[in-house]
Order: sequence, then structure tokens, then C-alpha cells
Amino acid sequence: MNPVFRERYQQGTTALHRLDARVKLVMALLLALGVSLTPEGVWPVYALQWCLIAAVGAAGGLSAWRLGRAAAVALPFTLAAAALVFTTPGEPVARAGGLVITGAGLARFLSIVLKSWLAVQAALLLAMTTPFDDILAAARSLKVPDTLVAIVGFMYRYLYVLVDEAQSLLRARAARSAALPGKPSGGSLRWRARVAGGMVGSLFLRSFERSERVYAAMLSRGYDGRLRGFAPPPLDWRSAGWAALPVLLMAVTVVLAFVFRSSA
Amino acid sequence: MSHHSIEVDGLCYRYPDGRVALENVSLHVAPDEKVALVGPNGAGKSTLLLHLNGVLRPAAGSIRVAGLPLEDRHLGQIRAAVGLVFQNPDDQLFSTRVYDDVAFGPLHLGLDEAEVRARVATALDAVGMSAYADRSSYHLSMGEKKRIAIATVLSMSPQILVLDEPTAGLDPRARRQLIGLLRGLEQQTMLISTHDMRLVSELCSRTIVLDGGHIIADGPTQVILSDDALLERHGLERP
Repeated sequence: MNPVFRERYQQGTTALHRLDARVKLVMALLLALGVSLTPEGVWPVYALQWCLIAAVGAAGGLSAWRLGRAAAVALPFTLAAAALVFTTPGEPVARAGGLVITGAGLARFLSIVLKSWLAVQAALLLAMTTPFDDILAAARSLKVPDTLVAIVGFMYRYLYVLVDEAQSLLRARAARSAALPGKPSGGSLRWRARVAGGMVGSLFLRSFERSERVYAAMLSRGYDGRLRGFAPPPLDWRSAGWAALPVLLMAVTVVLAFVFRSSA
Repeated sequence: MSHHSIEVDGLCYRYPDGRVALENVSLHVAPDEKVALVGPNGAGKSTLLLHLNGVLRPAAGSIRVAGLPLEDRHLGQIRAAVGLVFQNPDDQLFSTRVYDDVAFGPLHLGLDEAEVRARVATALDAVGMSAYADRSSYHLSMGEKKRIAIATVLSMSPQILVLDEPTAGLDPRARRQLIGLLRGLEQQTMLISTHDMRLVSELCSRTIVLDGGHIIADGPTQVILSDDALLERHGLERP
């Protein structure tokens, strides 16, 4: 088991785990859509949405703390919006160097951070309660193009293999990165960069060759350019009804957000 | 139509960079025969095996597999007849779940779902891996992966099994289990490329020595394995 990549999926038998993956996929997408449609600066509504997502999480045996912490992976990406703090026109609230931080800018940036965090939690509701194969099968039966689903499947299958190969390269480098007493070890930055570049290149070549062998293995078993899979089982509409509740509540919060904004 | 045979005549193949990989290779394997293909690394063994189901196409010469000439219109039938097990199971097991990998072949044969599921169950049972159907192959041991790789072709009910280094990378126990498994597969013609000379002597009645893209010797395993000078010349050893 590789420590670098951990499965998001947590085994369980809760109501959320048992929900059809197709229903869950649509539910998670609609919840994330609701979050992203919510306008900026409506703090009480974000709190409501967070409670809603946490409640669905609780139905899947996921604590709000665990969901929130796992969703923190998205936070570094929100830094892309950091420039808004300075560029949005409005009341200046602080100065950093020669730049002016505006209240409106700050509110917009914080809204983006919170909304990203909430949307990722909505996605995690799916990822943490559904085995990856079921998500792929669900995507396929929801008419996501076969090729796209296959590529994601291969990525998932070979990501671990690739990480193993990268680790063995790193280990081989570490094993030969010796030092003698009184002598500088490791060479110049330029030399180190070349070594690292060589490792990346070697990893790429290995992956490229592997892809050819995998393709040969697919051809050998009758692949002719069209991927075939099992027909999806019939959908249980009662479970779909169950999942409609949080989606409806999310829609209510979005409406609330617009009401709140127009009255504020 | 039960042919189970391999007929290769005057096969030549060059790598894309122009180097000769196989030169005038001819071999015939009779139905239900178990044949070993031995030779040093780079002798052309894997290249030869990839011709037997049309993944590679010969530059010259003719190939008939299961009674069918290797042509585009027979490619589907030939690939259904030949089960090719690759050396590295990570190349062969490309699905996210063991079950889907074993089902891949039968699904692409166009069988209906009930038949596919029956075949998957039989194939996993034959290699003793029924309990692993829902596992992801990444988390399995090398021996388990090899057995599942064999199940992925058994599920296609092939007439001919072609195995590339089936025991490479296995610990002694996994190796014994695998040899036991192969010995139990009596209905298939087998061509096994290997460096494992004990496997050759235990499993194969006939041995072909390939070196530098040429067939050097082809005869009863006992005769070949007792010719020390021949083995020495081609980087081989007695079991």
C-alpha cells in the first residue's frame, strides 16, 4: 500500500454508501452547482449550506470535521483569486506595501475560498462513500463518453504504479547520494536539476512504453476500438427521491441568498 | 472447428529501427502440445509471441493459427483462439477491478452478460482466485497477479495459451503453485517462453531454442536439456 496516495473511499454500509452511485453523482454535482450559484458575501447562507452538506455527510458516517479537513486540499488553488483583494474597487481597509486592500475585494476573495471549500465537500460526499469503479460505472451510464471514462480509469489504475516507479527512482538516487567527510556532496544546482530532469524523462519513457504494452494486451483480448462493459442495473427511483431532498434544500438556500442580498 | 495448432513458416521481422528481430523462423505446434521457447534475453522470444495473435505483423513469411491464416478478416477469431499472457501482469491487468479485467475478453467477444459472468466465475475458480473478484489488482502480490493474468485469458476459452515468462519474479511457493496451475490446463496447446529450465523440464515435452532471431534447435526437451554444449553456447543452463 502506497502512503503517498490514499483512497478517499471509506468503507461502510450507511444509507449514503448504499445509495446508487448514479444518484449520488448527480446529487453531488447539483450540490456543488448550488454552492457555485450562490452570490458572494452572503455569510449566513454559507453557514446553512455547510450545515446541509455536513448533515448529508453524517448520513454517510462522515464527521463535519473530517469532511472539512479533507476539503482543505482545494484551498491552495483559491490563491489564484488572491489578486481580487487588491483589484476590486471599494472602500480601502488596509494597505500592504504600495497596494490597497478593499473591503469588497476581501469579501469577494473570502467568498471564493468558502465556496470552493464547500463545493469540494459536496464532491467528497460522493468520493468518500463510493468505490472508484462505481463512480466510473455511474459516469458511463450517465453518458459521459466511454473514452473519457476509460482514460480516467487508466489514470486511476496506473497512478499507483507510476508513484511506485518514481519512488524506486528516488530511492536509487538516495542510495547513491553518498558523502565523504570534509567534501561537499551533491554537486551544483545545475547538476542536481539535470539529474532530476533525467529522472522525469526516464519516468515518461517508461510510462510511454508501458502504454504500448497495455494497448497490446487490450488488442490481444479482442479490443477493437470500442470499449464494452456490463449493462448498468435498473435504477431504484425511491433512492433517487431520497437524494432529491438535500438538492431541494440547496436550491432553497440559493434562493435565500438572493433574497438576503437584495434586502441587505 | 477444433484446431489448436500453430504453424509459422519463414517468419521474418525487423524492429522499427531496422534491426533484424526474427529471421526465417519456422515452427509447427500440434494440437494440445506443450512447447517451451528458450533463449537468452533479446533472442526475439517476446517478439515471436506477439506475432501469434497479430499484434505484430510479419515482414515476410506466413502464420496460421488455429487453422486460420493471419489476415485482417480473421484477426478477431485468432485473438479469441489465442490467449496471450504478458510477462508483466501490470500490463495485462489494466482494469480497476480484478473482475472487470477477467470480464474484458469475454465482453469483447460479444457474449451476453450471463455467459460472461459464468465464464469469469469459472476462470477465477480455475486459478483459485474467486475471493479476489472485487479487489483492485494493484494491491495483490506478484503470484496473485500472475494467476489473475492467466484467468483473464482463460475466460476467453482459448484453444492456445501463449505465456511470456510465467514464473519470472515469483517466489518459490508462488512458482510451484503456478506450475501446478499450468499442468492442470490440459485442453490447451501451450507455447511458453521462459528462462525457468525446471519449468521446462516439468511441463514441456518439446523445447525450441531461439537465439539472435534464429531457431537453433527444436526437439524433445530431454534431448535439448542434456546437450551441455548447446545450452552453454546460447546462455542457458540445465535445470
